Amino acid sequence: MSNTAQAIDPKLLEILVCPLTKGTLEYDRAKQELVSRQARLAYPIRDGIPIMLPEEARKLDESELARK
Amino acid sequence: MNRMDTPPKLFDRKLLQSRRKRALAQGADDFLLERVAEDISERLQSVKRRFSLALDLGTPGTRIAQSIGGSGQVERLILAEPLVSHDGRWPRIVADEEALPFAEESFDLVVSALALQWTNDLPGALLQIRRALKPDGLFLAVLAGGETLTELRQCLAEAEAEIEGGLSPRVSPFIEVRIMGALLQRAGFALPVTDIDRLRIRYANMFDLFRDLRRMGATNVLTERSRRPMKRTMLARAAALYAQKFSGADGKLHATFDLLWVSGWAPSDNQQKPLRPGSAKARLADALGTTETSAGEKSRPDKA
Repeated sequence: MSNTAQAIDPKLLEILVCPLTKGTLEYDRAKQELVSRQARLAYPIRDGIPIMLPEEARKLDESELARK
Repeated sequence: MNRMDTPPKLFDRKLLQSRRKRALAQGADDFLLERVAEDISERLQSVKRRFSLALDLGTPGTRIAQSIGGSGQVERLILAEPLVSHDGRWPRIVADEEALPFAEESFDLVVSALALQWTNDLPGALLQIRRALKPDGLFLAVLAGGETLTELRQCLAEAEAEIEGGLSPRVSPFIEVRIMGALLQRAGFALPVTDIDRLRIRYANMFDLFRDLRRMGATNVLTERSRRPMKRTMLARAAALYAQKFSGADGKLHATFDLLWVSGWAPSDNQQKPLRPGSAKARLADALGTTETSAGEKSRPDKA
């Protein structure tokens, strides 16, 4: 975990889903992102605030989806 | 996702966010929000229940959060707003009311103040809110509706028709209380209740009203709005019409704000429901202290 990243509230992680698919999200602690594999999007967390807007999300490429 | 059947968007929500940002930067002053903040905590207190996890959805700023977050009635409060604003007191996320990022049955309470009037898809937003509530969870919201800004709408329309010879949408359409009730029901809320709080705010002139609307970030964000700035002559004509038609004895004019209050519960088995016919355990006649007569049988005063 990077030192600058503000910790995200654990309660938020429990209740957040992808706004498009309503599917589960994976928390990428290192990148500070919430990943929706179904939507192929990574929602950024800035200063501990999840930005759950599809237009702000990063599109995942094939290699990232293949991982894990 | 299939976007082919998406209906045309009434509101330009990106523009709304930038208007709100500008209002915030200039020191937002929202007298409506100030007023509903008191009401919302009063209405919550009348519910006589504690809420372990609550969501403040879309309310601009933290005024409502301050009001209900510190009451002891709400244990944990999460703020969700389309704008990023910095206030570390509550966990917050940035989200769009039209695409909620919450798992089903997450919250005991969802509140929203003066935000839902801007949604393009209100039925969809209500449905998502109901799903985000736990069974027997409460939704309590207030939005601008009904006859809000009707005076301004009429004066701008008349002035524009006179000077431009045509009309462009300048004041948002607002939802009627009756329709709001139907939408709540359609979204699956139990025990839906709606009521209107009508405010008449007085202004020295139309431009004072404009200033207030700007401070609320509530100026025209209609997708179909005219992109050209309003002509001075048209503005002057509208202001004259406003003063002529809607001012009181003291020369001040008024603007209507209809605050639509709505509440509903996520359905649950332990909620009050109408009893089955014939399931009564006490006689109405006993409660009234009278003799019961069967249907169709006329009471005969001579017999008594």
